[in-house]
Amino acid sequence: MERIPILKIGDHLLVSIQVDMHDRLALSLQDDLTERIVRDHAHGVLIDISGLELVDSFIGRMLGNIAAMSRVLDAQTVVVGMRPAVAITLVELGISLPGVKTALNVEKGIELLRGAIQSQKRGDGDHRQL
Amino acid sequence: MATTGNSESVDIRSGGDVVVVRQKVRDWAVTLGFRLVDQTRLVTAASELARNTLQYGGGGSATIEALSNGVKKGLRLTFEDKGPGIPDIGLALTDGYTTGGGLGLGLSGARRLCSEFEIVSRVGEGTKVTVARWT
Amino acid sequence: MSIVDGTRIAEIVSKHESSLLNEWLKLQLAGGYSKYDEKDLRDRSRHFLSLFRNGVQSGDVENIDGGHWGDMRDMLADLSRSRARQGFSPSETATFVFSLKQPLFDQLRAEYGNDANGLGRQTWLVNALLDKLGLYTTEVHQKGREEVIARQQQEMMELSTPVVALWDGILALPLIGTLDSARTQVVMESLLERIVETSAEIAIIDITGVPMVDTLVAQHLLKTVAAARLMGADCIISGIRPQIAQTIVHLGVELGQVITKATLADAFRIALQKSNLTVCKVTAGA
Repeated sequence: MERIPILKIGDHLLVSIQVDMHDRLALSLQDDLTERIVRDHAHGVLIDISGLELVDSFIGRMLGNIAAMSRVLDAQTVVVGMRPAVAITLVELGISLPGVKTALNVEKGIELLRGAIQSQKRGDGDHRQL
Repeated sequence: MATTGNSESVDIRSGGDVVVVRQKVRDWAVTLGFRLVDQTRLVTAASELARNTLQYGGGGSATIEALSNGVKKGLRLTFEDKGPGIPDIGLALTDGYTTGGGLGLGLSGARRLCSEFEIVSRVGEGTKVTVARWT
Repeated sequence: MSIVDGTRIAEIVSKHESSLLNEWLKLQLAGGYSKYDEKDLRDRSRHFLSLFRNGVQSGDVENIDGGHWGDMRDMLADLSRSRARQGFSPSETATFVFSLKQPLFDQLRAEYGNDANGLGRQTWLVNALLDKLGLYTTEVHQKGREEVIARQQQEMMELSTPVVALWDGILALPLIGTLDSARTQVVMESLLERIVETSAEIAIIDITGVPMVDTLVAQHLLKTVAAARLMGADCIISGIRPQIAQTIVHLGVELGQVITKATLADAFRIALQKSNLTVCKVTAGA
């Protein structure tokens, strides 16, 4: 089975989801990411979903899980590139992705990660969170 | 309102089939001229319902039908299984209710995303969910 | 019985075609309609008679939905659309069909003479058929109008949705006029698209120019704010008039975390702050 590639950039991990994921693929992404955060001592995870034409409750839960698990492993997660149609549908579905930070694109996502990691080090706590 | 007679059926036996259902619903929605947001609503609803059919119904089928009322076009999706059935439909339709560890928003969410929604389920016989949207 | 009836009628139409045509045309032109082109009318009427003959010949005389009446339906649809374009009312177009009744009934009376039952049955049959055909032209006319309206509505909604870039990363959407559910949805969607296009993290939705907001519109607004948040941008709603504020509270709409400001200027000030920007005066002589 194919797996979604995970790139390491500095001490962040970048995932770009380009395919229409079936549930098992989503679950294996969850597993792979968790493993890589530990293995690469990553402090940030950037998930680019600009290629996703739909986010349903399963994928929504996956994103929430990834955010929760990375937090336990002392890393921050930011989801970027959500398409308007997807955002509207998620709101109508009633999914709010609690605990998941979001940004408009990769660049802003990295800014957000840096800020979040800084304030975490300072012990400020989250200020831009859903 | 009438069915145009144009329809397609897809077997749902695996996770991969759920993806196939999404793609076919997308193709039909595009062909019928649905706006992008409405396409996304339909495909997302289909994904939720197809997954339910697989996970709770033990597998089944999805039927995609083109509709027309003379002025507007529509798309109707029917998900059927011969699974255990839903004992309390009212409960199943509540947000957050889940027996499978999910978010519990699949059925109620799909209903919110579509303008028409109908569910028939009998314990021991199976479940049939029908949803539709118009352009 | 239908086949026999149908065949009889078909025979009558064939036998007396020219006199039927003449009588019919006389009635159609009798209204003093100088807007009819007589030659065109004659051709169409002749065509109608031949299609009518074919239709009843088949024996399918109960309704006009079947395959035997396909050509007739096409011809009538074409006629209806053409008449609509020329500015005729649906009734005028339907009269084309209905005015055939008199000449045809006269002909039936002549044929059936003393056979009261036969005459009654045939007259009823022809009457019902012509009614259906006449009404069909009205239906086509109606559908045509509905299609035009639907298309125009769509175009109006898609036309210029006014999203303004106030500054880098700050968008404003000044809404004016009454909002209806459909228009609000389209406008909100285009705001979200612009947010992506310009990577703007702040969008100000100004409703100073909106006299009234109902629950649906309020919900669309809130939905947009939530969707923008999910995407990674913040919305500020400004220009809420006292009446609208009352309506919102009265309707029980929950604003929750949404930032609201009385004026667009206030909202812009907040937006600048959030973007770590500031406006300062240039000192003279510098």
